[in-house]
Amino acid sequence: MKTGPYTDKNDASGSGYTLGPVVSGPECCTPEAVIAVRGLDVAYDGVAALKDVSLDIYKGCVTALIGPSGCGKSTFLSSLNRLTDMSGGCRVSGSITVDGWNIHAPEVNLQELRRKVGMIFQRPNPFPFSVRRNLDMPLREHGISNRYEREERIETALIDVGLWDEVRDRLDASALSLSGGQQQRLCIARALILKPSILLMDEPCSALDPLSSATVESMVGSLRGRYTVVVATHNLAQARRIANYAAFFWVKDRAGALIEYDTCGRLFETPKHKLTAAYVTGIAG
Amino acid sequence: MSDSFSSSTERGRPHRIRDALLPVAAHLGTLVLCGFAFWVIMDIVWRGAPGLDWSFFVDEPTSAGRGGGIAPILVSTGLIVITAIAAATPLGLAAAIFLVEFMPTGSRFAAWTSLSLDVLAGVPSIVFGLFGSAFFGLWLGMGFSILSGGLTLACMILPLLVRTTEQGLRMVPDDWRRGAAALGLSRFSAVRLVLLPAAGSAVTAGLLLGLGRATAETAALIYTSGYVDRMPSSLFDSGRALSVHIYDLAMNVAGGDENAYASALVLILFLIVVNVAAMSISDFLLRKKVST
Repeated sequence: MKTGPYTDKNDASGSGYTLGPVVSGPECCTPEAVIAVRGLDVAYDGVAALKDVSLDIYKGCVTALIGPSGCGKSTFLSSLNRLTDMSGGCRVSGSITVDGWNIHAPEVNLQELRRKVGMIFQRPNPFPFSVRRNLDMPLREHGISNRYEREERIETALIDVGLWDEVRDRLDASALSLSGGQQQRLCIARALILKPSILLMDEPCSALDPLSSATVESMVGSLRGRYTVVVATHNLAQARRIANYAAFFWVKDRAGALIEYDTCGRLFETPKHKLTAAYVTGIAG
Repeated sequence: MSDSFSSSTERGRPHRIRDALLPVAAHLGTLVLCGFAFWVIMDIVWRGAPGLDWSFFVDEPTSAGRGGGIAPILVSTGLIVITAIAAATPLGLAAAIFLVEFMPTGSRFAAWTSLSLDVLAGVPSIVFGLFGSAFFGLWLGMGFSILSGGLTLACMILPLLVRTTEQGLRMVPDDWRRGAAALGLSRFSAVRLVLLPAAGSAVTAGLLLGLGRATAETAALIYTSGYVDRMPSSLFDSGRALSVHIYDLAMNVAGGDENAYASALVLILFLIVVNVAAMSISDFLLRKKVST
């Protein structure tokens, strides 16, 4: 159920979920909704965490989710790869389609969905094994039995995240011996190695020192065009630097809600909603 | 100001006496405890060491154990313990994995399982012995055999194994669970490839503790693996465990004291090694958790 770029919800209050063709967006972006979310409600143990969220995520673009803590950014992200399934008592309703597929359909292969939609977490979470095994294991699990191919993909993934030169001599050292920034880039490599088309990032820099944060940030910027990236962040400056689109979430009636969604430039320069304006100028939040 | 100060000192005198007494009592208690442990071990070393030589480990016992060595007893003990560990490990791991990874937290079933484990852990070993004798020995027709003894011990160390593995798995950060799921690993693969290896030291420590308990057990084995001190030729033979040997020499064989002490020394040395290994592994585990 792919939807056209324009729909009736695109009203002046800024609750529209599609933005239409990219007029002046970066060249890498294709005005094609690769993820379409409609009327998404998420509740944990009966307590609503996210209410009625609808938006389109465009192919090859970086979309930033901004807003204060507890406004549902992380919940939104984890509903996109159905990681919400892991918390018992979590109920998701509404529809999410990825590449035209309803991800809640019974015939959906969860493993395949998560291979296609990779995820990076706030705290780097490499497994307590060697660098090589961290990357080798997911490949093997997804049926890449050719050792030569696995080694090639490990090298490519590490080059992609700019880690190859730093770890090529210690692929067999424990991943936990790497610095925080290196660990996070290893986690990104671990996600990239499965050749996903979409990457979800939940505040990927917030647990890192400023220098590592800058490295990871520029790396995320370099993914633009090759991957569709959805990144939750409460660092507004970072969102402005790396994102093509920005979605602003806020707590409304004790549940997270999407307030405004627009190109990054417009959302920061000429926000339509007064809450957005207050937040991006630092008056609220 | 000075008045109130002095009056509080007046009231404080009994407290000061108590405060001074407490460390003395604590030191005394510690001293008595250490002294007692030292005494027991030194007594065994003192009386057991003269009988310990190479032939003691490789000879068969003679004259009901008064003379000769403990070779068949060591073999029987080894077989009983291996049987116990081999039977308890898969069961214990499966139960722990089920409890931690597949039961919703706070579910009634998990609570019942935990309660039954605690009850099992508190059951005296002689009761396990009677159960093993009735169930494995009579009902399943294993009679007095190493197999029957080993399986009885397996039931006995199961709660210990499940508990330590459970704690080890619960210490694995959720970050890794979510990370594994986000990589498209099935829950089974996540357990096998990430969670169990991550909890590996806890599992090993639990196994070693179980091994120690199984090796030290007497009561549960008297009615199950039996007394026979010949070299066992299969798991269906009766075999005498080291602790049963010590019990028998000390209680039923006049003049068996020297060999009883020598055997006790062997047992204690082995247990010390196993426990130190278990402790250093859990120590390592703790340090690893703190550093991550």
